[in-house]
Amino acid sequence: MYSYLLPEFTVVRREDRCIRCRVCERQCAEGVHHLDQNLDRMFSAEEKCVGCQRCVVFCPTGALYVRPHPSEYRPNYNWTRERFQDLKKQAETGGVILTGSGNDKPFRVYWDHLVLNASQVTNPSIDPLREPMELRTFLGRKPDTLELEVQGDRVSIKSELHPNVVIETPIVFSAMSYGAISYQAFKSLAMAAKEFGTLFNTGEGGLPRDMRAEYGPHAIVQCASGRFGVDPEYLNCAAAIEIKIGQGAKPGIGGHLPGEKVSNSIARTRMIPEGTDALSPAPQHDIYSIEDLSMLIYALKEATNYEKPVSVKIAAVHNVAAIASGIVRAGADIVAIDGLRGGTGAAPKIIRDNVGIPIELALAAVDRRLREEGIRHKCSILVAGGFRCSADVLKAIALGADAVYIGSAALVAMGCTLCQKCYTGRCAWGICTQDPYLSKRINPEIASQRLVNLLRGWSHEIKEMLGGMGINAIESVRGNREHLRGVGLEDWELEVLGVKGAGE
Amino acid sequence: MKTGNWKCWELKERESEGMATVSARLGLRDMFMDGVRPVRELLPRLYLNGQTAEIDGAGLKHKEVNDLVREAALKGARKIVLRNIYGQRYIGTRLYLPARVEIEVHSNPGNDLGAFLNGHKITVYGNAQDGVGNTMDGGEIVVHGRAGDIVAMSMRGGKIFIRDNVGYRTAIHMKEYTGKVPVLVIGGTAQDFFGEYMAGGIVILLGLGLGENERHRAHYIGTGMHGGVIYLRGRVEPYQLGREVGVLDLDENDWQIVRRYVDEYAAHFGADADRILAGKFQKLLPVSKRPYGKIYAY
Amino acid sequence: MIFRKIDSERRQPNKESQACGLFGVMNTSGERFGGEMAITAIKNIKVRGNGLGGGFAVYGLYPEYRDYYALHVMFQNRNQEAKRKVDEFLNGHFRIVHDEEIPTDERVPLFSPPLCWRYFVAPRKRPEEEGVPDDEFVVARVMHINCHIEDAYVFSSGKDMGVFKGVGFPEEIAEYFMLDKLYRGYIWTVHSRFPTNTPGWWGGAHPFNILDWTVVHNGEISSYGTNKRFLEMFGYYCTLYTDTEVMAYAVDLLMRRQGLPIEVVAKIFAPPMWDLIAHMDGEERRLYTVLRMVYAPLLINGPFTVIVAHHNEMFGLTDRIRLRPITAAARGDFVFLSSEEAAIRAVSPEVDLAWTPSGGEPVVVRLHTRDHLKSVARSI
Repeated sequence: MYSYLLPEFTVVRREDRCIRCRVCERQCAEGVHHLDQNLDRMFSAEEKCVGCQRCVVFCPTGALYVRPHPSEYRPNYNWTRERFQDLKKQAETGGVILTGSGNDKPFRVYWDHLVLNASQVTNPSIDPLREPMELRTFLGRKPDTLELEVQGDRVSIKSELHPNVVIETPIVFSAMSYGAISYQAFKSLAMAAKEFGTLFNTGEGGLPRDMRAEYGPHAIVQCASGRFGVDPEYLNCAAAIEIKIGQGAKPGIGGHLPGEKVSNSIARTRMIPEGTDALSPAPQHDIYSIEDLSMLIYALKEATNYEKPVSVKIAAVHNVAAIASGIVRAGADIVAIDGLRGGTGAAPKIIRDNVGIPIELALAAVDRRLREEGIRHKCSILVAGGFRCSADVLKAIALGADAVYIGSAALVAMGCTLCQKCYTGRCAWGICTQDPYLSKRINPEIASQRLVNLLRGWSHEIKEMLGGMGINAIESVRGNREHLRGVGLEDWELEVLGVKGAGE
Repeated sequence: MKTGNWKCWELKERESEGMATVSARLGLRDMFMDGVRPVRELLPRLYLNGQTAEIDGAGLKHKEVNDLVREAALKGARKIVLRNIYGQRYIGTRLYLPARVEIEVHSNPGNDLGAFLNGHKITVYGNAQDGVGNTMDGGEIVVHGRAGDIVAMSMRGGKIFIRDNVGYRTAIHMKEYTGKVPVLVIGGTAQDFFGEYMAGGIVILLGLGLGENERHRAHYIGTGMHGGVIYLRGRVEPYQLGREVGVLDLDENDWQIVRRYVDEYAAHFGADADRILAGKFQKLLPVSKRPYGKIYAY
Repeated sequence: MIFRKIDSERRQPNKESQACGLFGVMNTSGERFGGEMAITAIKNIKVRGNGLGGGFAVYGLYPEYRDYYALHVMFQNRNQEAKRKVDEFLNGHFRIVHDEEIPTDERVPLFSPPLCWRYFVAPRKRPEEEGVPDDEFVVARVMHINCHIEDAYVFSSGKDMGVFKGVGFPEEIAEYFMLDKLYRGYIWTVHSRFPTNTPGWWGGAHPFNILDWTVVHNGEISSYGTNKRFLEMFGYYCTLYTDTEVMAYAVDLLMRRQGLPIEVVAKIFAPPMWDLIAHMDGEERRLYTVLRMVYAPLLINGPFTVIVAHHNEMFGLTDRIRLRPITAAARGDFVFLSSEEAAIRAVSPEVDLAWTPSGGEPVVVRLHTRDHLKSVARSI
């Protein structure tokens, strides 16, 4: 069928700068550029361009500009360009439109409407450069009280404690499976987590055997609906186990890894035959109701001798507060909530853009509900979904989170430009691909340094903001809504967030 | 049904009207200036005899004591003895005058003793409180006892001798420039953040009250230090020092400096200078002039 | 325990911070003495307050009603309807042995003094409440009055102790309630306040009280939101909009309900830094790590000096990086705690010993012991 689609991007080449080095030709994963030997000119097939900016960054003379295509439909507030393109594509294929990355639609970003406090006069701000500032966080269940035995000057602890996992900064790498991303990218996340003292999440793709001994203690391993790669060693080498019920980008449906991406080593890790589609079922088939979840949680605890905290990851939907309360009562030690902006390697676009609620509101609602029921200390809350900077992280902690998962931000640190074509497996940056030629572009030594730099920079910034608030330990800002104010929010939004308007 | 949350909220509206009327009637209460008597009323407290003056501070407010001190200095006194001092602040501050005076305090000055001191000498026969020598420009302060927090904060010149221990953040932001080098000598030990953010000056901590192998208890010593020097007598573990501090042995130059000020300390307090100098000294210096260069991305 | 829906923080007024002066004195042999020392000391540090708040806590002042809970209740605006409701409520849940207006000297000019009444009561439990301990019973009733009866607030609710506070310089409050003439106690704590948010509110003055715990506090709790939300889970509702409240409730929760000793509670409020914990030996390191992990929401951040008292004990504590001052002193059986040493010297020029502990180190004064000297080793 002849395609009626307009190209998404245009490639502009400055002939005065192009030196025919053919770097762009080699770097592009879609085959956009090629050199015509006879005419000694580079040509670009614009219709294939996905706007990943790889060629622009690598061009030694800065001869390329890649920008949205200037051809426009007649301006129409209702029928936007995107609506046109998607509809025409469906007319041509009759299929479900896929996409990658997180929701890009203009839903309100509440982080941009919350502002933080600083201490002046009545309370000194603390100097983060010279005086200690502590970000260490414990994830897991805390007891109601501590039973202590006091003998003269010696105090010892009699209570039995639930297992907790320690992270040096309240930032954790989000679940990105080996299969969705390349082995090199996956390893970079593991190396950075180990070096900095935080955790990474294996996603549903399992943990390759060669990584288990060294990186297992820094991993949160996922037990998802497809149960890929879940063997006893996998469970026991980890720091924590996460039961994945849903994710923010596609609440209610399962993961999707097409057969083309299932290479030999992925097949070994996931324990499925090579070349088959790895499609996770929508629900976990042994969890049809909350008491089944309780059953699975304790099954995992039994399998790991009660030594590791068990986390349950859900997507933020309308009754997320009630679900979270149920999860905590079912025995989970950590509740992870993925909001509307959560990223993915592949999801139906219609679900990514329309299902779920923003993480800010979900977090505020969950934290408040757990507090009202007196069970907030029985779990740690991890939130995910479009955290772009350290201020977002700190605001999330002020709303009640224990720590924050970053997915898209980590990928961007490694080179990603959110072109949303992850599902094609042709990522020019070597991240979301299994093609050995492309995935070699990520050198784990260097990429993990980028990630460590990201964590270090954000941690320093959080320390500066904490110091400004007159606080020297992250636990004193957790849930401390006094230090937040809203700007440009409606009454009901302030009410749900539990935050006053600035000036009130 | 009223809940506690609303009660206080509404209360504020009602009380603000009442507060305004009362303030109009009684005047704004100023705890520092209220009831301060004019100097002429206080003159009976001042005994002036040629170049010596004595002031009885019993029951006097902060400003009243300092009014009398300035009055005495203007009338020609060069030695002023203050008695019955319990907590009066800023003693020695209001003397931005060409003449140089000597002040004796019996026995408990309040906060900010010698703040912004302009070259005079103050001797305290008792314990001092917080802020001794705050932003002091020159002169000398001698305390026969202990002092509190932020001793010698932002000190820019002059000398301070404390016989016993000091509190937190001693010598914080101390500075030196073009030959004007402040000196602080402490006989005992200090608490945390000793020499925080030092940019200049000489600080000597003698640890005289400590046991044979007892270490100083301060942590984060010299955190943020980027100038000046600390001479430490006694034991500290490496983890007690800030990241910006390097430890060295003293050379001949250092010993000259230390000897000079330990001698002065011994003279003030009747201590044994030789025994002090025989102890184990270390020199703490900043490792870099720009300790935070790598934290920021330009 | 009252269970009620917690309103959104959006609706809650801002809290006060405490720029102030503190003083406390205890006789370790239990001998009762008058208020002159406390009044002289607080007058000495007058510049730390601004005349908009002052208060005293006295222990051992009602020997003839020693076994009954002495409720000091304040009726804002002299609201008679509120008094009627409180009388009715107390009659329903308690046996009122004696009640009267707290004697005052009306000649002292203060801003809008409320009606102050004291009730000496014993709990009267219904059959289904037989299992509830007396203390819990009283706490629940006090929370009810503070939350649900308009214009009525309970200042103190302990046995053989009382809180006297209001808007004015502390020496004026002392004059108003005739403290030096009428009462003798073995612990006196006093507070001089410098409020910025709620200038005329009598309920906002210190000391704060629950049962026989009183707290006087200098500083601002920057972790107030976190602490408050944790305490709400255990039934403590902050109705007096001053951050000191969380200290009083936290102390009640940890020491009375959970039975932890002061030395451990001090380490929960003002724990040492992680890099110092790393240098401790195994057992100690594990203790501090677990305390910080479990009680993270009760870490009190921001500058503070507090003097907390209850029967037989008084302790002073500063924040973990000692942003606020404290001095302790001992002379014979008397132990003093103060914001400034000069206040102690004004009361007692000669002392046996004067010391200042490090941040997070408590000075614990206990009846018939010399426990307060334990902190000297770690002080200057």
